[in-house]
Amino acid sequence: MSDFPLLSLMIAVPAIAALTCLFVNAQTARAMALSATLVDLVLGVILWASYDIGGAQWQFVEAHPGVFGPFGWDLGIDGFALMLIMLSVFLMPICIGASWRSITTRVPEYMAAFLFTEVLMIGTFAAQDLFLFYVFFEAGLIPMYLIIGIWGGANRIYASYKFFLYTLLGSVLMFVAMLYMAKTAGTTSIPALMAYDFPASVQTWLWLAFFASFAVKMPMWPVHTWLPDAHVQAPTAGSVILAGVLLKLGGYGFLRFLLPMFPVASGDLTWLIFALSAIAVIYTSLVALVQSDMKKLIAYSSVAHMAIVTIGLFAFNRQGIEGAMIMMLSHGLVSGALFLCVGVIYDQLHTREISRYGGLSINMPKYAVFFLFFTMASIGLPGTSGFVAEFLSLMGTYQVSTWTALLCTTSIILGAGYMLFLYRRVAFGEIKSDDVRGMVDLSAREFWLLAPIAAVVLWMGVYPESFLAPMRKDVGVLLARIDAAKPISDSRPTAGHVAPIAAHAEAH
Amino acid sequence: MDYSANLAMTLPEIVLSLGAIALMLVSAWGGSASTKAVSWTAVAVLAGAGISLIGPASYGGLAFGGLYRADAFAAFCKVLIYIATAVSIVLAPSFFKRTNGDDLRPEYPVLLLLSAAGMGMMVSAGDMLTLYVGLELQSLAAYVLASFMRRDTRSAEAGLKYFVLGALASGILLYGISLVYGFSGTTMFSGIAQAYAGPRSLGLLFGLVFVFAGIAFKISAVPFHMWTPDVYEGAPTPVTAFFASAPKVAALGLAMRVAVEAMGPATDQWRQIVIFAALASIILGAVAAIGQTNVKRLLAYSSINNVGYALVGLAAGTQEGVSSVLMYLVIYIAMTLGSFLVVLQMRGEDGQPIETIASLSGLSRTRPALAAALAIFMFSLAGIPPLFGFYGKFAVFNAAIGAGLFPLAVVGYVASVIGAYYYLRVVKTMYFDDPAPAFAPMDNRLEGGLIAVAAVFVSPLGYLAIPLIGSWTTVAARALF
Repeated sequence: MSDFPLLSLMIAVPAIAALTCLFVNAQTARAMALSATLVDLVLGVILWASYDIGGAQWQFVEAHPGVFGPFGWDLGIDGFALMLIMLSVFLMPICIGASWRSITTRVPEYMAAFLFTEVLMIGTFAAQDLFLFYVFFEAGLIPMYLIIGIWGGANRIYASYKFFLYTLLGSVLMFVAMLYMAKTAGTTSIPALMAYDFPASVQTWLWLAFFASFAVKMPMWPVHTWLPDAHVQAPTAGSVILAGVLLKLGGYGFLRFLLPMFPVASGDLTWLIFALSAIAVIYTSLVALVQSDMKKLIAYSSVAHMAIVTIGLFAFNRQGIEGAMIMMLSHGLVSGALFLCVGVIYDQLHTREISRYGGLSINMPKYAVFFLFFTMASIGLPGTSGFVAEFLSLMGTYQVSTWTALLCTTSIILGAGYMLFLYRRVAFGEIKSDDVRGMVDLSAREFWLLAPIAAVVLWMGVYPESFLAPMRKDVGVLLARIDAAKPISDSRPTAGHVAPIAAHAEAH
Repeated sequence: MDYSANLAMTLPEIVLSLGAIALMLVSAWGGSASTKAVSWTAVAVLAGAGISLIGPASYGGLAFGGLYRADAFAAFCKVLIYIATAVSIVLAPSFFKRTNGDDLRPEYPVLLLLSAAGMGMMVSAGDMLTLYVGLELQSLAAYVLASFMRRDTRSAEAGLKYFVLGALASGILLYGISLVYGFSGTTMFSGIAQAYAGPRSLGLLFGLVFVFAGIAFKISAVPFHMWTPDVYEGAPTPVTAFFASAPKVAALGLAMRVAVEAMGPATDQWRQIVIFAALASIILGAVAAIGQTNVKRLLAYSSINNVGYALVGLAAGTQEGVSSVLMYLVIYIAMTLGSFLVVLQMRGEDGQPIETIASLSGLSRTRPALAAALAIFMFSLAGIPPLFGFYGKFAVFNAAIGAGLFPLAVVGYVASVIGAYYYLRVVKTMYFDDPAPAFAPMDNRLEGGLIAVAAVFVSPLGYLAIPLIGSWTTVAARALF
């Protein structure tokens, strides 16, 4: 199995399907997109099943250096990439399913754009060549720009420009830094660069250049403003893929580039990450609280949750990094599901105004159950993936900075505030108008879009070991690389009574 | 060296000149009826000139006592020039037929051949005078071409404007050449290089500045770009396509040859000029394009912007830099000619050309393939991966970083975001807006085929050609050092 170019195949299947989609009619395009994404899901399952946990750091390696002159077609994955690829291939068929009815114009192009997005996401996570990564990373802007701009809401053009130019501006500095790194280190191989020691003074500049790109993508406060606009205007499936996978590119970048390639700068600038994240948690949570648009509310909650990812990553310890990874996976599923929930009622009433709804639990009981479940998962109720994620990240952070942990823990309280407030206004209370009374419960299609996500969220909440195991060794490798640069902790937890509890939490 | 060896090295120019003269006679006697035959013969002459590059013309070295250089660099540029010229000939007849109602006159291919001969001299120059003669031969043909639609006031204005400003630029260049000659005592590049290697007098530096100013006009780099939008807008579209492609290659090739071979020892001096021109072109080309409503003017500013990027590679002043500029030019030619081929398809029901960007509105629904092709060219010009235009930027900025020009790389690349805005605007118009009245259907298979070829080359498939083109550009660049 190891010789078979499985990753290339996973990239090729949606690419070929996308090109074919452009030449067929709407219904064929839908079927073709669905089958291509399902094939990729199956390939993804095979990938996970044949991934050797605890084996070589880089698996499924396909090295073809020099195919494109200065850079090559080098693929390979570790545990982090595996999990994020799984997330992508899992969400993709759901996105296609969510667009089955709601997209009626220019269907072939829509499906092609989504399939291209899948190609680029898998490529980004699998790339082992610096510039191949950049090509995949940046190329993702084009299909997303078209998805928002063509099939988006009323203010779609503004949102599509803002999305494109914001993220492009972030990335250009990273590109210049990449050119410098390739010149200095004499290699474009990501694994080699992860072991290369750049001089400390240069590291800070390179770190800032990469940070500019990934902070926009993530998005971190104060460069998050493109996200609410993009989410609100994008079609439902576009929001799902944006929240579910594209935001994870930022976190993946932190994990793959900033920490292992510039450990010294990462240690020196941890304060910056902590400060921005703490502000993000409190500020965007408060902003979410006053939103009247459902999608905007979930978008702001995404910014807050992504801040938990960044503090976890920069905690420089196992709990923090594992928690951050689980947070990325969990948030990808949960916020994706929440956007789907919004999509279900938007398709019927064509408004995202919270005040237009109310009492949906009366006439849409199945919907209300799912919506409640994902609301709770977003808050971080024990038993759901959100709990594992927040608990591990915050515990990791506490060991480094008690203040940051204290400030960021408000995320749980504020998160409960805005999510429950949203749920109360939408699902509880009396039905206020006739058109809401006329809404019908989940169709079978919608049910089967939400049910798999719910199952995985529960799985991740009850038995996170399945998801942590593939990453355990990689976290160890990363920690060994960055341990020397660890910032001084202000909490200084001592071994003794604390240790068994920490070990216990990690096992879950 | 005997005379036959010299002639063998200059064979491409001989083929072009004799071909042009012969075709001029044919067109004088044949009149308009001979246009088609003259056009295709001209393409054949260009192909013949291209084939003759296989011989000593690509490796022979110095000819005519150093006045002329036949090396891999010249050969590479000539291949690009001949291809761009041939495409410009091929796409002309249907345009003129639609616009004037009467056929193209046979002088058009003849003038393009003469211009190609001049451009060949430019990139092969080993002496300031060869350089000047080549440049003037190219320019004079170009002035006539700009005003080729005699009854169209815009075309006449474009030709006049181009001529007056071009003459001014030639004057500046000549003044620079005379200063360099006066203070170095020679017009040969090798001798000039020796003079610059020694103690540099103020006169030599002034000469350098004037020579670069003259060249900046020819490549339409800021601050000598003012003629470009007007000429591009006024000239007939096939001529504009030609201006944006072949003469740019020739002028940039000439700039590289002068910068490296004649003034190589003064790299630190001319680098300041080139860096300024590069950044100014990138930024002004991007900012000024934002307000444009005419697609040809937009492409004119786009060409200014792109010259800025090419100059980034030249600013490096290294072999890698020259090689990267050549790579950039290859990709730029494909993108530009492709874009202009699409512009040629923009015409109303009555067949008259339309040039407003607004008329592209909703093109993705009325003409999906055409819209997709233009979108590919626009994203590629913006340098967004995975399109091939990205690799051109990659190459030049890689060279700049290699030469340690970090501020240039950072500012230049960040400014590409401004450029992305107006390219995106074209895509937005085509894909997001409601359809405008549809264009007349495509009536020329050849143009459709050329658009498809350019689009495939610029698409991610182009990356597979990098090792091949890269090895050629490396060989070509080595010839200069």
